[in-house]
Amino acid sequence: MDVLVCIKRVPDVAGSVALTEDSMDVDARHVGYAVSPHEECAIELAVQVAKATDGAATVLTVGDEDAVEQLRDALAVGCGAAVLIEVEPRRYGPTDVAAAIADVVRDHEAQGRSYGLVLLGNDAADTGDFQVGVRLAYELGRPVVTGAATVEAAGESLVARVEAPEGAAVFEAPVPAVVTVMEGGVEPRYPSIPGRMKAKRVQIETVTPAREPVGSGRVRLHLPPVPPSQVEVLGKGAEAAPAMVDLLERLGVVR
Amino acid sequence: MASVPTSARVVVIGAGIVGNSLVYHLARLGWRDIVQLDKGALPNPGGSTGHASNFIFPVDHSREMADLTLDSVQQYQEMGVFTESGGIEVARTEERMEELRRRMSSAKAWAIDSELLTPEQVQEKVPFLDPSVIVGGFYTSSVGVVDSLRAGTIMRERAMELGALTVVPTVEVVGLDVEEGRIRRVRTDGGDIEAETVVIACGVWSPQIAQMAGAQIPLTPAVHQMISVGPVPVLAEREGEISFPIVRDMDTFCYERQHGADMEVGSYAHRPILHDPEEIPSIEQAKLSPTEMPFTAEDFDQQLEEALELMPEILGDEKAEMRYAINGLLSLTPDGAPILGETPEVKGLWSAAAVWIKEGPGVGRAVAEWMTDGLPEIDLGHSDIARFYPHQRTREHIRARTSEAFNKTYGIVHPSEQWSSDRSSRLSPMYADEVARGAMFFETAGWERPHWYESNARLLEEYGDRVMPREHEWDSRWWSPIINAEHLAMRDRAGIVDLTAFAIFDVVGPGALDAVQRIVVAQADVSLGRVIYTPVLDERGGFRSDLTVMRLAHDRFRVVTGGAHGMVDLKWFADRMPSDGSAQVVDRTSAYSTIGLWGPRARDILGELTRDDISHTGFGFGTCRDIQVGSLQVLASRISYVGELGWELHLPMEHGAKLWSMLHEVGEGHGAVPVGIGVYATTGRLEKGYRAYGYELDSERTIVEAGMQRPKVKVADFVGREAYVKQREEEPRTVLCTLTVDDHTSASGTKRYMLGGEPIVSRDGGPLVDGHGHRPYVTTAGSAPSLGKHVLLAYLPPSEAEVGNQLAVSYMEELYPVTVGSADSTSLFDPDNERLKA
Repeated sequence: MDVLVCIKRVPDVAGSVALTEDSMDVDARHVGYAVSPHEECAIELAVQVAKATDGAATVLTVGDEDAVEQLRDALAVGCGAAVLIEVEPRRYGPTDVAAAIADVVRDHEAQGRSYGLVLLGNDAADTGDFQVGVRLAYELGRPVVTGAATVEAAGESLVARVEAPEGAAVFEAPVPAVVTVMEGGVEPRYPSIPGRMKAKRVQIETVTPAREPVGSGRVRLHLPPVPPSQVEVLGKGAEAAPAMVDLLERLGVVR
Repeated sequence: MASVPTSARVVVIGAGIVGNSLVYHLARLGWRDIVQLDKGALPNPGGSTGHASNFIFPVDHSREMADLTLDSVQQYQEMGVFTESGGIEVARTEERMEELRRRMSSAKAWAIDSELLTPEQVQEKVPFLDPSVIVGGFYTSSVGVVDSLRAGTIMRERAMELGALTVVPTVEVVGLDVEEGRIRRVRTDGGDIEAETVVIACGVWSPQIAQMAGAQIPLTPAVHQMISVGPVPVLAEREGEISFPIVRDMDTFCYERQHGADMEVGSYAHRPILHDPEEIPSIEQAKLSPTEMPFTAEDFDQQLEEALELMPEILGDEKAEMRYAINGLLSLTPDGAPILGETPEVKGLWSAAAVWIKEGPGVGRAVAEWMTDGLPEIDLGHSDIARFYPHQRTREHIRARTSEAFNKTYGIVHPSEQWSSDRSSRLSPMYADEVARGAMFFETAGWERPHWYESNARLLEEYGDRVMPREHEWDSRWWSPIINAEHLAMRDRAGIVDLTAFAIFDVVGPGALDAVQRIVVAQADVSLGRVIYTPVLDERGGFRSDLTVMRLAHDRFRVVTGGAHGMVDLKWFADRMPSDGSAQVVDRTSAYSTIGLWGPRARDILGELTRDDISHTGFGFGTCRDIQVGSLQVLASRISYVGELGWELHLPMEHGAKLWSMLHEVGEGHGAVPVGIGVYATTGRLEKGYRAYGYELDSERTIVEAGMQRPKVKVADFVGREAYVKQREEEPRTVLCTLTVDDHTSASGTKRYMLGGEPIVSRDGGPLVDGHGHRPYVTTAGSAPSLGKHVLLAYLPPSEAEVGNQLAVSYMEELYPVTVGSADSTSLFDPDNERLKA
């Protein structure tokens, strides 16, 4: 089964988040770019499902020329082909992104490359819209499972597992389907040097979308207030031990 | 956590390898009340130390760097954080193999055990390396890796055990207060600290911190890329962190270093990626640490391919993953050397920056010694922060030079190699005429100085084989036989030399005599119009400089010194002026141009241009005075660094071009030629056995060892007098000698000419060791065209310092016979100085 995995180039934020001057994007000057952990897991799942079913994994992104870096990273860890839907990312809202991806899926199908599974991250790390997966499924008229930790092919259907605090929910969906991925179910792999070399040589398919974007409607981003940090001194030396144990028990670290 | 104290004897900003070494050595030398700050958390506050590769290759062409590195290795060993792994620099080309032979010279000169290996021998040590892509290797068994963070913790703990140190992490410096030119206070986000001494050991952040005090530390953060690949089965099988030698793939500017089951590949081959100091992220903004920037994979692809070629078996393993990849920030300086010492701008504010792991503890010790009594055991002449001229501290200059230097990190750098970026910063008034004469310009401290003139190519025919042509490309790179032709023409007739690059400063005021007398070794209380040549010593009796001083008036002395070292000399004098202000130092470098006129016809030439008495009796050697040359007023000084009759002619910069053309117009009739620095600094001085600061003379050398003692020591006290008197009473432990090469023929039949830095050994190749435990090496090498010999200067063990003694020099791993021609300052050419006194 051929698998399509959709990723987004986002600022690789780990510590404090800064916004650009116009408050429309996250400032990436100091941190560089990456794909979100959800999408790293989606790539890993795409590679695994493709391998298990003798298919191929294709990676796709909607973004500008710089996003080729993220496509190559995915190629280096096992995807075999890559598609860049070249757009000015700022002008594209979730509706536009879903529509553009759907067009490519249909085009590829017309050319004889149909994707039994389309994987996406659960939500974008920078804008957090939580929409593209569901909209894409709607556009394509396919079932969708959101927030899956793992997904496996089982004959003509797919089994996706969604972890929740209360337990796990297991879904079975007929092929073709759309699944959005939450991190935690698989360990994404790092590239090997031969993988990186192969990735460098892959010709990337560049697509220009036919439809004009409607945009996200976003006015600006706001940073949440910084949570107040409070320091409570539990005690000094051995006297602090009981309070420390209490705290660790409260946190659930020890029982 | 300690809180910020309100005062300290010294504040050390930075807890990387340098700051940690420094606080330990300061404590060991008796300093107390030391406060060390860092904005990051310990033990890894997030600077360059935290992501360093931590390996040490001790062999360096620079003696200063090699000594600092060897001292650091000893310190790391003593702390138990050094693991010896051995290291191999591999060559993929014959040109690189020649460079590795040259590294053998440096290894022998600094007494480091190294050997050359065949590709098969390399593979024996590193079985996963493909021997077919290399032509050989240079193996040093004492290469190793260190735990620099552990070392830092140990050193801080030792200082704390002595009760000397308070460490305050996670405190950020927000200001440095300077009052009346002196550092007074460090302001932090945790409170202010009063301190009279502050050290900036902040690596890539140093320029910003220094700026808070109005001082400049001219370095730039730059990216060094590295990745870690693993797990590699063949590495995982071995126990311990490192069990194979580190490989430096010199031609691809990469290294491969085992790290447990991982192989780390680092590179200096990518485009230079410089960062603005202001653009370094804060600890909160950074993903890993502020100096571990996001990896830019496309910059590294070429290196990956080359590394794969060298180690296909392990790096080509699909299961070995690139688990860590960063663009690590490190510090680069315009000339590649560290930046150490008290800033010239602010008293009490010190820099200990642009230091790598391999030399960190050595630098910590040396700077601590310097701060304690001004006397670091290892000469730090090339690292002194005072060396920079203002233009060399600009952002543009730093960017240009570090960009150019980055790929030289593993490059083959010829000893005379010239910079190509940011040239033509300082031009002498006769620059246009020099260009017209086809000058080949070399740079000194920003000055463009003609090294030789193509217009003198016609002299080659006149002198034929006496110009000692060199057939090997390496020996003749950055060299021309025209230099030797100019030399012979000067000795036969006269040479005119542009010496505008001199640094010139005056010591003025009623206290000038006392001040100068106290700084220099020679008698300064001389009559007006005398010129003295004198060493300048430190308290231990080591050389700080050698220079000439003209007494221009009862209260005015003019110091003339080399351009390269001029700013350090200026600071040395300025720091020693009386506190009552009765004497002052005034920099005149940009006010005066200097032209040298020397040779047997010099008097005839000058005589045609002046009505003043310039006869031997009327204008004796070692005197100076104003004369009229045509319509120009010139300060003429009858001295010579090339051993000929003649004068240094000093005059206001704007008159320089006119005097230059007048001298040439009249000189032509006498056969005078323009002569470049190739003659002035090398061939002319070598024939006369004149010593040069930075080559033969530095703070580790004494007047007695350099053979420069005069019959008497002046009665007046001066810096270093006590030590000097004592040195005169003892037998020297090493003696500066002049040697000549007896036969230049190599095994292949090509004649080879040494360029400096080569080890001197016994005739049959055995090592020599002097009384300091040092191996002799060539401090200066060059032609002596008047003698038809190639001349070498070297400090030899006293037992070998005997005229006629037959030894050998090792050059590119072959021995050439040499003979000691002089065991003191007696010159090989004109030993009685008759030409000077004509």
